[in-house]
Amino acid sequence: MATRQTSTLARFMMAPSVILLFIWMIVPLAMTLWFSFQNYNLLNPGNVSFAGLFNYKFFYTDPAFFQSIWNTLVLVVGVLLITVVGGVALALLLDQPMFGQGIVRILVISPFFVMPPVAALVWKNMIMHPGYGVFADIAKFFGAQPVDWFAQYPLFSIIIIVAWQWLPFATLILLTALQSLDGEQKEAAEMDGAGFVSRFIYLTIPHISRAVTVVILIQTIFLLGVYAEILVTTNGGPGYASTNLPFLIYRTALLGYDVGGASAGGIIAVILANIVAFFLMRAVGKNLDK
Amino acid sequence: MARAVSTRRKIGFTVAAWVVALLIFFPILYTIITSFKSETEAIAGFSLVPSGTLESYAEVQAQSNYFKFFLNSVIIAVGSTILALVVAVPAAWSMAFSPTKRTKDILMWMLSTKMMPAVAVLVPIYLIFRDANLLDTRIGLTVMLMLINLPIVVWMLYTYFREIPGEILEAARMDGATLWGEIVYVLTPMAVPGIASTMLLNIILAWNEAFWTIRLTTTNAAPLTAFIASFSSPQGLFWAKLSAASTLAIAPILIMGWFSQRQLVRGLTFGAVK
Repeated sequence: MATRQTSTLARFMMAPSVILLFIWMIVPLAMTLWFSFQNYNLLNPGNVSFAGLFNYKFFYTDPAFFQSIWNTLVLVVGVLLITVVGGVALALLLDQPMFGQGIVRILVISPFFVMPPVAALVWKNMIMHPGYGVFADIAKFFGAQPVDWFAQYPLFSIIIIVAWQWLPFATLILLTALQSLDGEQKEAAEMDGAGFVSRFIYLTIPHISRAVTVVILIQTIFLLGVYAEILVTTNGGPGYASTNLPFLIYRTALLGYDVGGASAGGIIAVILANIVAFFLMRAVGKNLDK
Repeated sequence: MARAVSTRRKIGFTVAAWVVALLIFFPILYTIITSFKSETEAIAGFSLVPSGTLESYAEVQAQSNYFKFFLNSVIIAVGSTILALVVAVPAAWSMAFSPTKRTKDILMWMLSTKMMPAVAVLVPIYLIFRDANLLDTRIGLTVMLMLINLPIVVWMLYTYFREIPGEILEAARMDGATLWGEIVYVLTPMAVPGIASTMLLNIILAWNEAFWTIRLTTTNAAPLTAFIASFSSPQGLFWAKLSAASTLAIAPILIMGWFSQRQLVRGLTFGAVK
């Protein structure tokens, strides 16, 4: 194959993907940016005018805005804490010799394959329901008053559900990283008299730290966009207690018909996501050089 | 490990791991069990033994034509995956086998499109779909999901193709293979497993996508995600029915997922963890 011919062919083969993704990235984003500076309400579509920074100011002064940013952060950090700590513990356990390891792995990974609306509804109705849920059954068994989870701790309940969905992901990735740890190194450390704790601190943690970073970054990307779980459980309430930024934007756009306001919110969401993306790209990019 | 492990330790780990695994799996298990209960049984308190009735399944199909949603899910998930593969295979192929200085930049840029929060482009996409009469159509949703998953598909294929050794190509060329011969007889057989795992993972992701599928459909093109989400409106306690619908919605993908665990790690970490 001639080199010139190959590189022309290569460009030709790459073109459809690049063009499609370019359009997909640029067109809607440009429209969002444009709308964010317009007074545009779907209920009054004939009357569109330039709004300057009004939409941003409107979003900024809306008390729901700060609450939703705060809720977004609590949701992301809460789920990350549970899944990373739980994931490391679970991965360490699954890495041990045992009977039926294959089946245990399958059981642990399963929640990841459950679609978000199903996960949320199952938890809402069958596990956390104050009257008939399993938690209520347990509480009654011990003679305690059942907790009305979604009324009393709406955001916490959603964190539990989302953490249940993502714990398998963290576990699986950390387990994969653990299994690539050199067995001889472990043995050498043991022979030198290193106990479990010091082996964990000096050998395991450095080895899996990159996997932990990747887990945190990828989960953050997805967790910033949690939507269906809120839609089917609390619908953002009570009040704005469990409304995150995506849900607030959805409310503004499709329930309030306010295109301008929702677009301003969208741009804020893009900025938030980009901060995370910057670090993720660096972590992944490093791997490409190897 | 070279070192013999004492059986007692192994039993201890086995018990601990099984307890934790069953706790994690419990919500799914309980959903499956409840789906075989009658509605009165379902709210009669905690019980792991269902009567084994199939009435909830029959009712789900009779009342809401479950099969239509299922079919939509299949068409959208499989359709978007095939579309993505058609576009991505040539791209990943050329990036893996004739990389240029810019290949890495292009890959990173593709990954960056995945970082855009869906909700940020909800309004324009909604308006475009409305004006193009694509709202609530299977074709609209298929294209949408194809675009969303395209970066992951390119990346996964790229990491697989990159592992095909270049020496094999040279050997084939020395033996006088043409470009076409190379592709058909040498590369394709080695690329098929990677393409298959990419396909599997992408079908799972498309099947479970729950933002665009809910927002861009109402009835005609609504897949299972939208169908299940419609159960959230308080309409009484139909838990056996909800369980039956849920079980049907997750069963096919759960089974596919069990077969794709390894690929899942590679695909979702963009090759950063293997």
